Amino acid sequence: MRPKIARLGGVLAVGVALTVGLAACGGGSEPEAGGGGSSAAPTTLKIGFMGDLSGENSGIVIPPRNGAQLAVDEYNATNPKVKIELVPYDSRADASTAVALAQQAVKTDKVVAMVGPAFSGESKQAVPVLEEAKIPNISASATNVDLAKNGWKYWHRVVPNDGVQGPAIADFIAGPAAAKNVFVIDDKSEYGLGLADAVRAQLKTKGATVTDDALDPNATDYSSTVNKVVSAKPDAVFFGGYYAGAGKLLKQLRDKGVTAKFFSGDGSLDKGIIEGAGQEQAEGALIGCPCRIPTPDETDEKVKKFAADYKAKFGADPLIYATEGYDAMTAFTKAIGAGATTPDAINEAIGKSDFDGISKHISFDPTGEPSAKSIYIYQVKAGQIGLLGDSTTAKLEG
Amino acid sequence: MFDNLLGSFWPYTIDGLILGAIYGLVALGYTMVYGVLRLINFAHSEIFMIGTMASAFVVMTMGFTQPLTGLALVGGLLLMLLVGGAASAGSAVLLERIAYRPLRKRGASRLAALISAIGASLFLQELFALVIIPHVFNRPQQGRNQMGVARIMDKDVLFTLGGAQIRADQILIFVAAIGMMVLLDLLVNRTKIGRGIRATSQDPETAVLMGVDIDKIVRITFLIGGLMAGLAGALFILQFEITKFSIGFLLGIKAFTAAVLGGIGNLRGALLGGLFLGLIENYGAAIFGSGWKDVIAFTVLVLVLMFRPTGILGESLQQARA
Repeated sequence: MRPKIARLGGVLAVGVALTVGLAACGGGSEPEAGGGGSSAAPTTLKIGFMGDLSGENSGIVIPPRNGAQLAVDEYNATNPKVKIELVPYDSRADASTAVALAQQAVKTDKVVAMVGPAFSGESKQAVPVLEEAKIPNISASATNVDLAKNGWKYWHRVVPNDGVQGPAIADFIAGPAAAKNVFVIDDKSEYGLGLADAVRAQLKTKGATVTDDALDPNATDYSSTVNKVVSAKPDAVFFGGYYAGAGKLLKQLRDKGVTAKFFSGDGSLDKGIIEGAGQEQAEGALIGCPCRIPTPDETDEKVKKFAADYKAKFGADPLIYATEGYDAMTAFTKAIGAGATTPDAINEAIGKSDFDGISKHISFDPTGEPSAKSIYIYQVKAGQIGLLGDSTTAKLEG
Repeated sequence: MFDNLLGSFWPYTIDGLILGAIYGLVALGYTMVYGVLRLINFAHSEIFMIGTMASAFVVMTMGFTQPLTGLALVGGLLLMLLVGGAASAGSAVLLERIAYRPLRKRGASRLAALISAIGASLFLQELFALVIIPHVFNRPQQGRNQMGVARIMDKDVLFTLGGAQIRADQILIFVAAIGMMVLLDLLVNRTKIGRGIRATSQDPETAVLMGVDIDKIVRITFLIGGLMAGLAGALFILQFEITKFSIGFLLGIKAFTAAVLGGIGNLRGALLGGLFLGLIENYGAAIFGSGWKDVIAFTVLVLVLMFRPTGILGESLQQARA
């Protein structure tokens, strides 16, 4: 419970003192309902949220931001001693922007914790800044395997990595989808290539024939890739990358008469893939994800309540990583609710997290990886993305 | 390594030619403006983007759910081309009036005009990302996301040629693009306006003395370049059914490359450079993998410029006489 001020460097101590001081000023100026007599005004701690909030892939970052906001609002509504303010940092998924924003968060805004960075590429660059400043961070969506191998002590994530996701999707492609000849395409990004390589390796151990190609997610014409797929005549196509590229690729594949089953990973799990591909072309596409998205026929009461609260607040259904964003922030709110107010104390508390979140049971191993490792398979049906089930038990129709 | 290319030579060729035709149409705008003003109009990629947006808006406004057929299809396509072309041509003329003419009148250096072009390019991109897409297209907070556009014509395979599927929309795009360029070539080489354009590009001062209205010629140059970019935008929407605020960036670079490859300032060079670039990209991708396609294309560009520094055709606008 006792803040370990002695262990902090002088600079950081000053930083924390300033944060508390500034926050106290801020808190004092706000009209406070249940303030109560002579006790000091409740302080406010800042927690950042970093990710692509306005760029091309914001569709998979805004839901976790909303989830985190919901967790903050629910926490603040309990009228705790220390309130939390969510500070958004829009990195547009650009690594150098993310680094600059991380520095701003640390030096200017004095955040005590961060949800994010959202993507793997920006995490690789921006997390070292947070690590150096000893700011605990939990990503709701960065899934690159190597992130956990940096020895970062303040970094965590609430999603299983691509090393789990890739093989699980590959098992599904080789198993229930019964594909022997698979064409694997990546978008050359940190995330896309990592995921595609994991799928390639696992497919080969399953005895499937694998053909490779890569594409530029910013380009529009994928005809050279599509022509390769046409001549390889695969049973299944896997794309490692984000939905913007996946949509364009899927449309051009279907327009060239490729009927092979189309698979992709969590980066493609957004309605944007249906808009990009067209409803007819997107039909039947299968998307794996370590994420747990509430579906209309939900049976889990806790998930149902989360989905209802989320919809009431944001006027939209909780999409990809909304539950994970909520869980990541909940780890912080629980730590702060239990009295941790310095980054170090918060980091220590979240390291010991052990609670049932909305997406999964939340606990971290020493490298910052989540202990729970389920991968879910989703399928596009009639213009909607529906849950098919856990990758180990889900079955394909027809 | 070459099996892939040899095995599906025709599909790669057809796709390369179609993409190349679109590159060529956009390249015309770069080449004409350069020919007349010796200016690289870096905002031309955004003029193309405006063409795709206007065409997408037409498709959205028509609000059909099934691809069109018969007369409705012909009408829809014409409207797309007309609105796309008009929007881009109008924007290009406006761009010239606001971003270039004041600089030209004050005798600013070409470098200043170049910076003005880059500024205009960023301005137009952000204008669409922040204002037009969220409000006109009614997609709040999604200004930077790509927009899908409804299918306007069926993409049924008409016939196959050496393993390549030929679709009606592909023929339409290729024929339309080549047709526009032939018309433009006739305009520049056979009409009075064309003579004015050629004269201005050859020697602006003498042209003025001979009674050519330079401002008018520059305006017409931007108008024609914009029109071609707008038509390219409409054909792009027909082919890819997608657009976004930054769609012009990569395509603009490619088109500019095509213009340089063919010989900048040369109309026929723009067409040739476009088709050449489209083919090289596809053949390169077939041999080395799609990840290498830009590497191959630009390596070829460097090689061509090493041996023919002025591009393949190597002439400038004024010398290209029929």
